[in-house]
Amino acid sequence: MELWQEIIVAAFLVIAGVFGFVGSYGLIKLPDPMTRLHGPTKTTTLGVGGVLIASMIYFVFADAKFSFHELMITLFLFLTAPITAHFIAKANLHTSVKRADVSPTGSDRPWAGFESDEDRRIAETKGTIGE
Amino acid sequence: MIARLLPHPLLTLLLVAVWQMLVNYVSLGTLVFGLILGILIPLLTAPYWPDRPRLKNPAMIVEFILVVLWDIVVANVSVAKIILFKRNEDMRPTWVTVPLDLRSPEAITVLAGTITMTPGTVSADVAADGRSLLVHCLDAADPDAVRDDIKQRYERRLREIFE
Repeated sequence: MELWQEIIVAAFLVIAGVFGFVGSYGLIKLPDPMTRLHGPTKTTTLGVGGVLIASMIYFVFADAKFSFHELMITLFLFLTAPITAHFIAKANLHTSVKRADVSPTGSDRPWAGFESDEDRRIAETKGTIGE
Repeated sequence: MIARLLPHPLLTLLLVAVWQMLVNYVSLGTLVFGLILGILIPLLTAPYWPDRPRLKNPAMIVEFILVVLWDIVVANVSVAKIILFKRNEDMRPTWVTVPLDLRSPEAITVLAGTITMTPGTVSADVAADGRSLLVHCLDAADPDAVRDDIKQRYERRLREIFE
């Protein structure tokens, strides 16, 4: 590998490292569970993304072949990361957020996490779940 | 006959492509095994599908992905600035309600995932009737602008893809 090629790969690794660090720093610095959730979404996107781009560029330069594994990692991360974040957010909504604290839905039914089984049965028998 | 063997042609195609990428090279053997997986997995999982998502405008997917990737880069930088330089007392975390025009569950799932993957916003819950999303913003001076941004940039394109 030439020097300029190594510089490009190293630059992406440094960018990834910086964003990974900022994401982890956010995890300690931010005040409550909901805002802390914003830290990891950064590390999984640009943090991991930077390492994967660096890896792809490295294989193109070093072995002169295109590696697909990085694309797969991106795909699986984009499928799983939002679901994990959603689980944590929802668990937090259940345990420590009051219904009055969040913004209203704008319809006569509440957020799914706040609706009791009784309310849901009533709404379903009234036939508001059409779709 | 073809329809019974391939209940979901797009899924078969996707599985073959994913298998090629996992083994990282293309040969006759990997292609055949990918095809076996691509035929067997849809047949085995067919009873569990709620419905098949219909794609109206697949070409729009490319534009959607590019827009999302660009937004992720831009939002990452702005959220990094907030985390590093803004004091906790000055931050205004807010809940935003995003009313949905989308109706298909697949489209709403993609939208919620996109919102979570762009830094600064996390989707937390969906309304019981499926007509709005609850989004948490790390620092939003203007919650209405966040809502309009999500509707304009993502939901409009998803509507073109799915509905």
